[in-house]
Amino acid sequence: MKEKLVVVGNGMAGMRAVEELLKLAPDKYAITVFGAEPHPNYNRILLSPVLTGEKQFREILLNDDAWYAEHGITLHKGKTVVEIDRRRRLVKASDGTASTYDRLLLATGSNPFILPVPGKDLPGVIGFRDFADVETMLTAAKEYRHAVVIGGGLLGLEAANGLLKQGMKVTVIHLVDTLMERQLDRAAGRMLKKALEARGVHFRLEAKTQEIIGKQRVQGVRLVDGTELTADLVVMAVGIRPNFALAQATGIHCEKGIVVSDTLQTYDPRVYAVGECVQHRGLSYGLVAPLFEQAKVCANHLAELGYARYEGSITSTKLKITGIDLFSAGDFSGDDSTDEIVMQDAARGVYKKVVLDGNKIRGAVMYGDTLDGAWYFQMMRDGTDVSAFRERLLFGQAHLGDAGHGDIKQRINLMPDDAEICGCNGVCKGTIVKAIGEKKLFTLDEVRAHTKASSSCGSCTGLVEALLATTAGGDYSTATKKKPMCPCTDHSHDELRIAIRAQSLKTIPAVMQQLQWKTPNGCGKCRPALNFYLLTAWPGEYVDDNQSRFINERAHANIQKDGTYSVVPRIWGGETTPRELRSLAEIAEKYRVPTVHITGGQRIDFLGVKKETLPLIWGDLSQAGFVSGHAYGKAIRTVKTCVGSQWCRFGTQDSTTLGIQLEKMAWGAWTPHKFKLGVSGCPRNCAEATIKDFGVVCVDSGYELHVGGNGGVKVRVTDFLCRVKTPEEALEYCAAFLQLYREEAHYLERTAPWIERVGLAYVKQRVVENEAGRKELADRFHYSQKFSQDDPWAARAQGAERHEFIPLKMVG
Amino acid sequence: MQTTAKKQMNDWIEIGTLDAIPCLGARVVQTADGDIAVFRTADDRVFALRDRCPHKGGPLSQGIVHGNKVACPLHDWKVHLDTGLAVEPDEGCAARYPVRIEGDRIFLSLAPEEGCPNL
Repeated sequence: MKEKLVVVGNGMAGMRAVEELLKLAPDKYAITVFGAEPHPNYNRILLSPVLTGEKQFREILLNDDAWYAEHGITLHKGKTVVEIDRRRRLVKASDGTASTYDRLLLATGSNPFILPVPGKDLPGVIGFRDFADVETMLTAAKEYRHAVVIGGGLLGLEAANGLLKQGMKVTVIHLVDTLMERQLDRAAGRMLKKALEARGVHFRLEAKTQEIIGKQRVQGVRLVDGTELTADLVVMAVGIRPNFALAQATGIHCEKGIVVSDTLQTYDPRVYAVGECVQHRGLSYGLVAPLFEQAKVCANHLAELGYARYEGSITSTKLKITGIDLFSAGDFSGDDSTDEIVMQDAARGVYKKVVLDGNKIRGAVMYGDTLDGAWYFQMMRDGTDVSAFRERLLFGQAHLGDAGHGDIKQRINLMPDDAEICGCNGVCKGTIVKAIGEKKLFTLDEVRAHTKASSSCGSCTGLVEALLATTAGGDYSTATKKKPMCPCTDHSHDELRIAIRAQSLKTIPAVMQQLQWKTPNGCGKCRPALNFYLLTAWPGEYVDDNQSRFINERAHANIQKDGTYSVVPRIWGGETTPRELRSLAEIAEKYRVPTVHITGGQRIDFLGVKKETLPLIWGDLSQAGFVSGHAYGKAIRTVKTCVGSQWCRFGTQDSTTLGIQLEKMAWGAWTPHKFKLGVSGCPRNCAEATIKDFGVVCVDSGYELHVGGNGGVKVRVTDFLCRVKTPEEALEYCAAFLQLYREEAHYLERTAPWIERVGLAYVKQRVVENEAGRKELADRFHYSQKFSQDDPWAARAQGAERHEFIPLKMVG
Repeated sequence: MQTTAKKQMNDWIEIGTLDAIPCLGARVVQTADGDIAVFRTADDRVFALRDRCPHKGGPLSQGIVHGNKVACPLHDWKVHLDTGLAVEPDEGCAARYPVRIEGDRIFLSLAPEEGCPNL
């Protein structure tokens, strides 16, 4: 027989926990849900747009009655649980409905705090919490004229804006002199007040309510200074209080909320709690992202998987008032140990402030232009070192290391619906907005799954997150600091790399078993990553797992849209000979290669080769002296050079020879992502060395070394690493840099985002300042190269991996 | 319809042994009507699908096999090996072909299962 799970509370946190549980263990429990409200579960954070009339109530329903039926969940709508008998494991509702449980989940949410002033119980005095409150406000707006909102916080201002939209005359009373003082500093608060005043909201700041006056119904509000305000409707929005009365009455330990552990269990281990009603490590949360995180962890334990932990959340806020953009995250006021970077442009209505602790972001407030909010928030959670671009921080992500593409990010809220957001998959703004609304999407991953936006190159991720924020309502983002590598595991890239070494894990199955993979054999994301991590951790020892490689690396050629492949032989440093060119021409003709193309990396590409032909063509190439160019791999690609001092009248050093030496040293190495090099013979930089992962610009006195550049989706110019005197040094620094990148970057992270994540200062310290460390890194690189410089093409031409290239059978 | 009728008459074709397909991998059977991908999962089950991703026709046989799914090499759609259906929220299917194993010998039928137009 199934165990019985009873859920008290039919809100967002409770139902999210049930949804997560159904994903993990769909048949474990017979589930019963009690909800005090007479509706199925809806998206509470979208009540504001319902109040303004921008949305209908049915649009914000999350699960309809059919969903409960489909999953065999007994739903008691409109029944308030009034008693829990923990000895008999029984819950009772006000109408007498009772249900026994094996496990109980409390998700009772919160209550609006009602000021204890005379008149607080008069008809027309309400909170702003549920759909009934919204209905009361909408009805009042039809019949009456004057509304007073007590509380100038997030919820109060959204209520004020909604009531204004419904045609009421609205006054907001606020106790202190800054609106939303828990999220905003004074400057941003003032701008917000000005914008709302321009819309017609009246404010009484530093004002305290003494009494609510009225006989049959509210008629006004009297302030402590004696002023009386006319009011037919009073909305109290002075905060929320976790609703734990029920838990407390049954003897469960409560303080300011129901106290829970990192597994979301209360002091009674059969009883779990999630959402606004809980107190975790001393904190209660009122935003949706932390609640979802709690729900996920709670479901993990209800399903008896037992490995997830909730360790608290960092949150950000966005005000959901159409036309007013406001973002706040973390500690925005700072203290003696912090610095502030501020930009204010009153005429444009833009204000941005970032609070820095050392070189890390501790908080941010933005008003008027919040496009980069998600970016700052991400860096804050990741603890990113921003020293390298500190002076450009406030210009936003679009201006970072960018050569002339500064305005590529148009203001998202000004974009028309048919504006393309995701260029790779051709997804427009309107499509994303529609999917977020109709399919109830909350996370970036969900938007990726449903629309494909941001699922390819990822350069539009910031825009999609901004859309999520404005559409789904601000506090959408995942709250965890740590990002799991993929849905198969809860571990991050860094944790996995550490565990592989520390626990001497030497095969993919060993990693999956030891680190409790959730899937039997991973997915197309984690297997290639693990294969790479094992390869770099155990050079010469680890046996490469071909089935965990993407097809291009498995077949040592680039798959094309029609299923044929391209072949790019290595041309050392981009220098070739008539003899080589002649053999290439002959081979291309012999195999009737449909297209021959010169690549951007100074090589020759044969396109349209059938898979079965690959080993044959490679055999001929190998006889002519060519090896694989690895143009298909997360590997060393090409070293682009100019002719340098050999021919050029401006050349300062022999850039071609250095390029060839670099390529001979580095070819064959697997790297987290593709890795390109360039060597220019003088600062005119004809080899474009300053947009390569490792670039050398020759100067009269030696060699300037540059790192972390790339062309591609988002052009990034290199950072200057250092200057060296000899080609030998250039080779050693290159080997050390490559090895550091191989050992520490995340799989599929190019050098540019890696350096932005760890900071240029760190890379300099490891590669430039620490001489002994540099030599050790270079030694490790050379050691691992011993095992990677066998030409994969020659081996396959001689029959290795034959099954990869021929059909199993030909029929008919 | 004619080809289907013709195929239904024919019998099981032996295509090779289990160890000819890499574990968590696939091989191709070339036929006059196009390629069929034959997959092998970690627990040695074998599935056969038309070697065309329902998205843009990518060769599924070249994808990474995980669990009972394959990720298309072109745009990373995932397809269920047992049903031929694209993993939600994507929509579409690749036709399935019956497979039979006797000892370690694999037999394939060229008559596709019904229900998927993507033959």
